[in-house]
Amino acid sequence: MRRYFGRKLIVYGLTFFIAATIDWLIPRFMPGDPVQSLVSRQGFGLSPEGSRALVDYYNRLFGLGHPVWEQYLNFWVSLLHGDLGRSVFLTGRPVTSVIMSALPYTLALLIPAILLSWWAGNSFGALAARRKWLDNVVLPIGYVLTATPYMWLAIILAWVFGFILNIFPIAGGYSFSLEPALTWTFIGSLLSHWFLPFVSLFLVMFGGWAIGMRNMIIYELDADYSRYLNALGAPSGLVRRYAFRNAVLPQVTGLALQLGVIVSGALVTEIVFSYPGIGKLLLASIQNEDFFLLQGIFLFVIGGVLIANFLVDIAYVLVDPRTRVGMSGGTA
Amino acid sequence: MTAPKPADATPAAAAPVDTRPGGAAMTGAAMAAPVFRASETVGRRREIMYFVLRSRKVLIAASILVVLIALAVVGPFLRPGDPNAFVGPLAAPPSADYWFGTTTFGQDIFAQFVAALGSTFVVGLAGGGLAAVIGVCVGFVAGYRGGVVDEVLSMITNVVLVIPTLALLLVATAYLQARGLLVEAAFIGLTSWPWAARAIRAQTFSLNSREFVDLARISGVASPRVIFGEIAPNMSSYLFLTFVLLFGGAILIAASLDFIGLGPTEGTSLGLMMYNAVAWSSLQLGLWWWFVPPGLAITAVVGALYVMNVGLDEIFNPRLRES
Amino acid sequence: MSLQVTDLRVYYRTLAGDVKALDGVTLAIADGEIMGLAGESGCGKSTLGNSLIRIEGRMKHVGGEVTLDGVQLPIDDQRDMDHFRFAEVSLIPQYAMSALNPTRKIGKMVGELLATRGVRLQDAREELERRLLLVGLTRDVLDRYPIELSGGMKQRMVMVVSTLLDPSLLIADEITSALDVSSQRAVAQTLVEFRDRGFVKSMIVITHDVSILYQISNTLAIMYAGKLAEKASTDVMMSRPRHPYTRLLISSLPEIGVRFEEHRLTGIPGTPPSLLDPPSGCRFRDRCPLAIAKCAEEEPPFVELEPGHSVACWMVS
Repeated sequence: MRRYFGRKLIVYGLTFFIAATIDWLIPRFMPGDPVQSLVSRQGFGLSPEGSRALVDYYNRLFGLGHPVWEQYLNFWVSLLHGDLGRSVFLTGRPVTSVIMSALPYTLALLIPAILLSWWAGNSFGALAARRKWLDNVVLPIGYVLTATPYMWLAIILAWVFGFILNIFPIAGGYSFSLEPALTWTFIGSLLSHWFLPFVSLFLVMFGGWAIGMRNMIIYELDADYSRYLNALGAPSGLVRRYAFRNAVLPQVTGLALQLGVIVSGALVTEIVFSYPGIGKLLLASIQNEDFFLLQGIFLFVIGGVLIANFLVDIAYVLVDPRTRVGMSGGTA
Repeated sequence: MTAPKPADATPAAAAPVDTRPGGAAMTGAAMAAPVFRASETVGRRREIMYFVLRSRKVLIAASILVVLIALAVVGPFLRPGDPNAFVGPLAAPPSADYWFGTTTFGQDIFAQFVAALGSTFVVGLAGGGLAAVIGVCVGFVAGYRGGVVDEVLSMITNVVLVIPTLALLLVATAYLQARGLLVEAAFIGLTSWPWAARAIRAQTFSLNSREFVDLARISGVASPRVIFGEIAPNMSSYLFLTFVLLFGGAILIAASLDFIGLGPTEGTSLGLMMYNAVAWSSLQLGLWWWFVPPGLAITAVVGALYVMNVGLDEIFNPRLRES
Repeated sequence: MSLQVTDLRVYYRTLAGDVKALDGVTLAIADGEIMGLAGESGCGKSTLGNSLIRIEGRMKHVGGEVTLDGVQLPIDDQRDMDHFRFAEVSLIPQYAMSALNPTRKIGKMVGELLATRGVRLQDAREELERRLLLVGLTRDVLDRYPIELSGGMKQRMVMVVSTLLDPSLLIADEITSALDVSSQRAVAQTLVEFRDRGFVKSMIVITHDVSILYQISNTLAIMYAGKLAEKASTDVMMSRPRHPYTRLLISSLPEIGVRFEEHRLTGIPGTPPSLLDPPSGCRFRDRCPLAIAKCAEEEPPFVELEPGHSVACWMVS
C-alpha cells in the first residue's frame, strides 16, 4: 500500500511542480515582452512617462529585474506562503482571497453534482443492463447527454426554465436584492439560484456514468466467474450482485480520470449562469487580462484536481480488496 | 515486481476513456478483439463491410455526419462573403431570407453557422489526429518495449493525464496574442492523448504476449515487421475507434475553450457563437435561434461519433453483436 | 445412478446458419463409471459436456433427451435445470483458472454459493476442509483472494467447489489442457480419487489428449464431426479399436520403448468437415483409408458389435 500511494504522490507532486513551473515560465517565455504587451494593451492614452512608470511597476511586480533563478525561487517562496500575487483589475485584492470567496460556490456545485450523478448514473446503468425496455430508453438518452457540451445544456436549461417558464433565476448566486444573512429567504434564494447549474452539470455526467456502467455490467456478466456461477445454478441475483461489485471498480478509476473534464464543465456552466464561482472569475480575468488572477486560478484548479485524484485513489483502495492484498504481499 | 494494479488490469479502465464520464467502458470489450492473420484480412474486410451496411447505429450516425460535413463544405457557397458581416435586420427570428435568423447586430446566423461548422471539424480532426498520433506512439512503444522505457513513459502519461486540460490551455493561450485554429488544435492534441496512450499500451501488451507474435519473433522477423505486420493489423480496428473518440473529445474541448474566449482570434466557431450569444443577452432576450443551432450541431456531431464508435465496436467484436 | 443420452442434437445459431455441433449422440453411463470423451477440436465433445449442464448463448437444443437417474433433465429450461445443477450435475470448466470471482475471498464465495442451496457454510466447513487437504490445499486458502493463488491451485479449488455437494454426474471439460505433464497426472489421479471416495458417482472427462484417458477412464468414447465414432471400455479401445478414425488416433500416439526407426509416428492427414453443411453419409469418409462408395451415400449407424463396444462404420459392422 505504501508503494501504491508513494507512486501516486510522486506523480501528483511532480505534476504540481511541472504545472507551477509552466505557470511561471509562460509569461516569461512567450514571444515578445509580456510586460510591454500588457502595458500597450492596458495603457492606451498614457504619456510616455506614464507607460514607463507602468512598465517599471510591472517589472517590479513580476520581479523581472532579478536574475531568473532568483525569480523562480521567489515564486516558490511566495507560493508556499499562499501569496499568489494581487489581482490587477479587482483593485489590488490578494488573488488568494478573491479565489477563496468564489470557491464555496463552485464546490457547492461540483461536489453534490459529482457524487449524485455518479451514484444515480451507476444505478441506472446497472438497471438498464437487466431490463431491455429500460435499456432502450437509457442508452440513447445517455449518449445524447454525454455528447452534449456542458455549456449548451446550461444554456438550454436556463432558457427553458429561466426565460420561458420563469421558474428559476438565471443569474447570480442569490437574489440581487438580498443581503447575505442566515434567513430562510436568503437560503431559499441561494438554493433557487443553485438549482439550474447543478442540474445542468448533473445531467451531462449522469449520461456518461449510466452508459459506462451498463457496458461494464454486460461485460462482467459475460466473464468466466459469472459463467461458472451460472453453470452451478446460482440464482441470477447472486450473479448480478457479483457483477455489479466488480463493475463499480473501473467506474471509480473513471471518476479520477474525468475530474479535469468535470471541472472545466463546471467552469463554463457557471459562466452561463453568471454564478459567482471560479468560472465567472475566470472569464473576468481573461477579459480584463488580469494575469495574476488567471495564474492563481490555474494553480488552484490544478491543486484541487490533484487533491481530488488522491481522494479517489484512497477510495479505490477501500473498494477493491485486491489492492490491499497485493500490496501487503500475498502468497503465490 | 510491481504490485498488481487492478485499475490497470481490468480492461475497461485501460480501454479508451473518452473525455466524458463513463467512456471508460464504452470500448471496454474491444480488448478482447479476435485475432486474425494477415492472410484472412481480405475476407474479413468483406465481412466487416457486410455488417457495416447493416448496422443501424453506424448508418444513422454516418448519415448525420455526412449531412453536417456536407453543410460545412457547401454552406459557405450558399452564403458567400464574410459570415460576420452586418447584413440583415437586428435580432430577427428565422425567416425565408435568413434561415437561422440574425444576431443582435444583424449578422446572418446561418452563414456564421456553416463557417463555424467547418472550423469545428478542422479542429476536431487536427486536434484529435495529433492526440491519436502521440497516444499511439507513446502507448505502442511503452507496451512493446516494457521495462524502463515503459516506466518512464507511463510516468509522463500519468502526469499529463492528471493536469486538467482546460487549466493548462488557459494559461498557455491567454498569453498568445494571435491564435490560429491550428494553434488551438495543437494545444488540444498535446494534452488529450494520455488516455489513448494508456489504452493502446494495454492492448499492445496483450497482443505482444500472444503466441503468433512470439512465433514471428522466433522466426527471426525483424521488430518493425513484427509491429506492422503482426500487431498493428490486429489493433487497426482499435486504433480507429480510439481516433473516433479523440475526434469527438477534441471538438468538445475546443467548444469549451472557444466559449471562454480562448479560441482562435480570427474566424468563427460554434463555441464562439455560443459565447457571443450569451454575452449579448440572447438568453434574456429569448433569441433562441442564436444559441440553439451551434450547441445542437456539436451534440449531433459528437453524439454521432460516439454511436458510430459503439456500432463499429460491435462489428469488430462479434461477441457484442446482437443476433 | 445412470446417465442416458438419447439422440441428442444441439446446434449453434450463427448468421451463416446452424452449425450442427452435436448431431445425434446416444450413449449411457453406469454408476461409478468414468467415461472419457475424446476427439479433435470441434468434434462436439465440449458441446456435449456443456449441453448436459447449461445450454446458453447461441446453443439451441434441437432434439433428443437426457435422463439422469431415471429423471429427464430439463436442459432447455434454465430455471428448472437450476435444481439439478451443482447438486446432481456439476462441471469443472475449461476456464477453471479464472472461474473464481477476483474480488471475493474464496471462502466467502463458497459460503454464498452454498447458501443458495440452503447449506450453511459452517455445517459444510469440516467436509470442505477435508477435501481441500485431499487436493493439496490448506484451509487458509479460504481466506485468500484468487489473485493470491497459482493457476494450479485455483483449478484444484474449483475442483473441490464443483464437487462439494456430491453430484451424481461430474463433467470435467479439458481440465488438463493448460497443465504440465506432472500436474496433469496429479489432476487425473484426483479425479479418480473423487470417484473412489464417492464424492461423485460418475464422470465424463472431456479432452483431446487420449493418453490421459487411458490412465483413468473405464470407458472411452471417440467423437468425430458431431457424431460418435466408437465407444468401448478403455482396454478394448486401446487393444482392439475397430473404427478407422480410432485406429489412426491410437497409432498416432507415441509408445514408450518403440523407436522411431521401427515405427514412425503418423498423423491423420486432412481436416474435419464443416459442420455448417456437413457432407452426406459418413463424415469421416474424406480422410478414411477404408472408405467405399456406400460411405458417401448413407450414414453408418452407431451399432453394438459386442457387449459394451459400439462403432459407427460400414466397413466394420
